[in-house]
Amino acid sequence: MMRLPKFEYRAARTVAEALEWMGEFSSAADKDPQAHAMLMAGGTDVLPNMKHRVFTPQVVVGLRGVAALRGIAYDPEHGLRLGAGVRLSELAASPIIRARYPALARAAEVISTPQLRQMGTLGGNLCLDTRCNYYNQSEFWRKARDYCLKRGSEICRVAPNGTGCYAVSSCDTAPVLIALGATARIASRAGDRILPIADLYHDDGIHPVRLHDGDVLTDLYVPSPPGDWRSTYEKYRVRGAFDFPIASVAAVARFDGAQCADVRLVLQGVATRPLPLPEVEALLRGQPWTPDLLDAAAELGYKAAHPMDNTAGTIALRRRIVRAYIRRALDALIAPSVIH
Amino acid sequence: MPKQLMTFQVNGETREVAASPTHTLLEVLREELDLTGTKHGCELGHCGACTVLVDGEPVLSCLLLAVEAQDAAITTVEGLARDNNTLHPLQLAFAERGAAQCGYCTPGFLVSGVSLLTRTTDPSRDEIKDALSGNLCRCTGYTKIIEAVELAATRMRETQQPVPSSRSRRNRP
Repeated sequence: MMRLPKFEYRAARTVAEALEWMGEFSSAADKDPQAHAMLMAGGTDVLPNMKHRVFTPQVVVGLRGVAALRGIAYDPEHGLRLGAGVRLSELAASPIIRARYPALARAAEVISTPQLRQMGTLGGNLCLDTRCNYYNQSEFWRKARDYCLKRGSEICRVAPNGTGCYAVSSCDTAPVLIALGATARIASRAGDRILPIADLYHDDGIHPVRLHDGDVLTDLYVPSPPGDWRSTYEKYRVRGAFDFPIASVAAVARFDGAQCADVRLVLQGVATRPLPLPEVEALLRGQPWTPDLLDAAAELGYKAAHPMDNTAGTIALRRRIVRAYIRRALDALIAPSVIH
Repeated sequence: MPKQLMTFQVNGETREVAASPTHTLLEVLREELDLTGTKHGCELGHCGACTVLVDGEPVLSCLLLAVEAQDAAITTVEGLARDNNTLHPLQLAFAERGAAQCGYCTPGFLVSGVSLLTRTTDPSRDEIKDALSGNLCRCTGYTKIIEAVELAATRMRETQQPVPSSRSRRNRP
């Protein structure tokens, strides 16, 4: 049996309680780097990483019992409010999300397996640790290779001459929420703050999510889409279940007659963060979407994606998938049968 | 790490055990409660062998801390048989269709399959595949497993027997 390392478990009942416990340990961590606490919602990313000794927190603060983190609420004026503790299965099955934000329901539906969607939460998915062939391995395996830059070594095994960590952002809901212009509410002891989801991520595979120790992601807000917004999420993975994206595309667009009034495209699975494609959006905006234009857009996206050799699939395959799936997503947005 | 007393509702019984707070539900079921029907496969969420029902929904007991499962109704493969000690229709169908080879993945498939059949006794083949998509079988194909679910569904429709573990359902459209 694969055992978890020793830790102290504390079940938070309120956000304030979680903040207090996390605060206690983030100040202790200044003196002893080994003393740190981690938040855990569904546990489907934290516990495998703990079994691999990639995470070795002294305290785990469970968010399962925090009622304030639950709930899906929609009103046409303000849009959608999602608690960070909403389960991925709830997200995928919610009638209002399926009707008004189909790409978000789709992204939740294609995460892993029914069991893990039942356990995993939206907030947990957004805070998913980045992944890499040299990182998501057992302690034995990683030690035999003298570890990697993300955990315990000075050298990145993927790019030994590089300066950063290239572990891959793999959460499926983030690119869709970025494309939909969503924002996040983050609670901290200094008070709450709201920031765009895009600002949650940055180019750092080691610390991919820009939350401070002790911050708690509590709510997500998705603006109300005007009736004619269409959205889709196209994900490529090795198997039809279980797997993280090898490459995926979130696409949202609005049309004025035949012309595209606005469009947002975000790639996932090819960089340390969800990758917006502003050049491709600029090419498509204000134009009628002819097959030639869509091909050019896919080609431009292909040039913008620079994955490393650190997940399933070769670099060449992942880039070709980017090109094909951008085209597939754009086709889906203009397909007459898709009334999103 | 000292053990602590935990109380579980497992297969309709209240069970109190002393277990480590760092142990998963899988470890407690197998090592403290002697419910070894639930198997440990990858223990990382890749295989589904450890699937149990928590409040009627299939979850992976290898990635659920036992302390977090204390307030829930847990059903393991041992709890699928009916009160009068007859097997669940899906268990009978698995045996009749030969839907197992080495059998190690079978408890997980049974639990996932029963969860589906509790929601609907008229699932399409795609619904069956979707419901079983979190369970891996490495011996054989999935055809006989899917056929066994279809056979059990047909029989359950014919007899209209209520199934055990009839708690909360997802409202999948």
